[in-house]
Amino acid sequence: MTTVLPGTPSDTPAGAGPGTGADAGPDAAPRAPMDAEAAARAYGPAFDAAVAADERIEPRDWMPDAYRATLVRQIAQHAHSEIIGMQPEANWITRAPSLRRKAILMAKVQDEAGHGLYLYSAAETLGASRDDLLDKLHSGRQRYSSIFNYPTLTWADVGAIGWLVDGAAITNQVPLCRCSYGPYARAMVRVCKEESFHQRQGYELLLELSRGTEAQHAMAQDAVDRWWWPSLMMFGPPDDESAHSAQSMEWKIKRHSNDELRQRFVDICVPQAEALGLTLPDPDLKWNEEQGRWDFGAIDWDEFKAVLKGDGPCNEQRLTQRRTAHEEGAWVREAAAAHAARKQARTATEREGAMAR
Amino acid sequence: MSDATTTPRPGTRTGTDTAPAPRTTAGAIPEPEPGTLAAAELALADDALVLSQRLGQWAGHAPVLEEEVALANIALDLLGQARTLYSGLGDEDALAFLREERAFRNCQLVEQPNGDFAATIVRQLFFSTYQELLYGQLTTHPLATKAVREVAYHRDHAEHWTLRLGDGTTESHDRTQRAVDGLWRHTGELFQPLPELDVDWSALRADWDTRVADVLTRATLRVPEGAQGHGWKAGGGRQGLHTESFGRLLAEMQHLHRSHPGATW
Ligand SMILES: [Fe+2]
Ligand SMILES: [Fe+2]
Repeated sequence: MTTVLPGTPSDTPAGAGPGTGADAGPDAAPRAPMDAEAAARAYGPAFDAAVAADERIEPRDWMPDAYRATLVRQIAQHAHSEIIGMQPEANWITRAPSLRRKAILMAKVQDEAGHGLYLYSAAETLGASRDDLLDKLHSGRQRYSSIFNYPTLTWADVGAIGWLVDGAAITNQVPLCRCSYGPYARAMVRVCKEESFHQRQGYELLLELSRGTEAQHAMAQDAVDRWWWPSLMMFGPPDDESAHSAQSMEWKIKRHSNDELRQRFVDICVPQAEALGLTLPDPDLKWNEEQGRWDFGAIDWDEFKAVLKGDGPCNEQRLTQRRTAHEEGAWVREAAAAHAARKQARTATEREGAMAR
Repeated sequence: MSDATTTPRPGTRTGTDTAPAPRTTAGAIPEPEPGTLAAAELALADDALVLSQRLGQWAGHAPVLEEEVALANIALDLLGQARTLYSGLGDEDALAFLREERAFRNCQLVEQPNGDFAATIVRQLFFSTYQELLYGQLTTHPLATKAVREVAYHRDHAEHWTLRLGDGTTESHDRTQRAVDGLWRHTGELFQPLPELDVDWSALRADWDTRVADVLTRATLRVPEGAQGHGWKAGGGRQGLHTESFGRLLAEMQHLHRSHPGATW
């Protein structure tokens, strides 16, 4: 879909991806400005048709303001989760018990930084700026995934995060590879590939512990006990309480409900836990022959709400570390900007000098 | 808890037929004969591991997201170099986790605390320039061909940041100059010959001086005067004498591995 509307952000990177038709380039003929309602009347049907036909919406296409705002909010929250999510795992880089595991963990934390970069770029195609989004994170106006407000207390937590948290992220994100917004969908394809690596490495780490010494096995079980329920909460509130779900489903930003995805995740994890030789901390887990799925116990939504509200074990710590890193880095960013400006000025002077000659 | 003393749980690896070969324990890590190639390789491996460990402390604290990626990249390359070298000398984990402070042969430069971003960058500039020249001379060493490409990138990254910071704002200039002045005394040790390596050490030193002076000058920074082992004679890392913060670095790095003797991870 390539309907271009004057007034769509012009700072989108050139060649924002396939689907940006030739007529969408910077040389597109100028059109008369149009008010929002007239634009919605003129371009709304084409947008709706494109979404209905499972076509991708691209940065220069017209889109409803609410669609843009929903995407910016969701992509930003996702990007913030990637970078805050580095903290609990980075906590173990310096203490990893073998050089091989140290290398795997460093590479994983680095991948998460990379995911943050792709996602902030995807948000920028919608006219948002990374600085502004970071500002919103730092001031608490935008959220990140609550799972990262839990602490990593032992080495086994690194495995539990890989297996369960990256596993839940994949279950959430694989459908996003077909999201109606092109840049987000493409970022997700890349991200999902790496997340599935992380999930396998986490599983393998836990397997090694589970089959190791008694102390190692106990460490693995304790980590799974602590991370299981928060992982189930990663899919968000139950469907009947989910505020944004219906509209996002209609726009094909979201393709499955929270509860569907949560069920899918449980069904994947139960046999994997068994293969690991570890127990999931839910006495109500039972195979439901009729439905062909695992029934599970009640989730403590009070805990979910408390952590979301800021009362989790690490909310304060995570945000403070993020803000501190940003504030302490301010002089570095200023220096880079000052140097770039000076270099540009020098180049300009040289060019003028050359022309005068 | 060691495998040998625990009651087997079903499914645990305890039988003698499946148990991993007993690990060398602390104190029994064979130390290469001084003056041998193995001793030189151990020193290079320790340099790489210790700097990688320092850089790993930046994760989640970098000034911009791009630097999270870049610093992790450098740390990973160095860790890879260390692992290659250790594996040629024995059990990589025994060498990394079971040796005492005095057995480490890394230069003192790499163990210096991260400080601010300027100190990290200057430390990297000094060390990567050294590594690039060293590996550039060691053309026949199996590690060198791959490593020389990696360390050229590290040096390039450090050089670009030195230019930005030195020729940036007054604050960044002052911080970087402070880092240069503070770390300078730890650079002399880099040129202490490691026997059995096919290296022209005086050429290495001359090249290093020229290159580093060139970068610092372009970055509007002052090249410190005087001996590189100035003041209290810094150095001694190659003989196993380290600075105070190194003990803590090792304690943090080794504690988990040492808490579970004989375990595999
Ligand atoms: Fe990620
Ligand atoms: Fe991940």
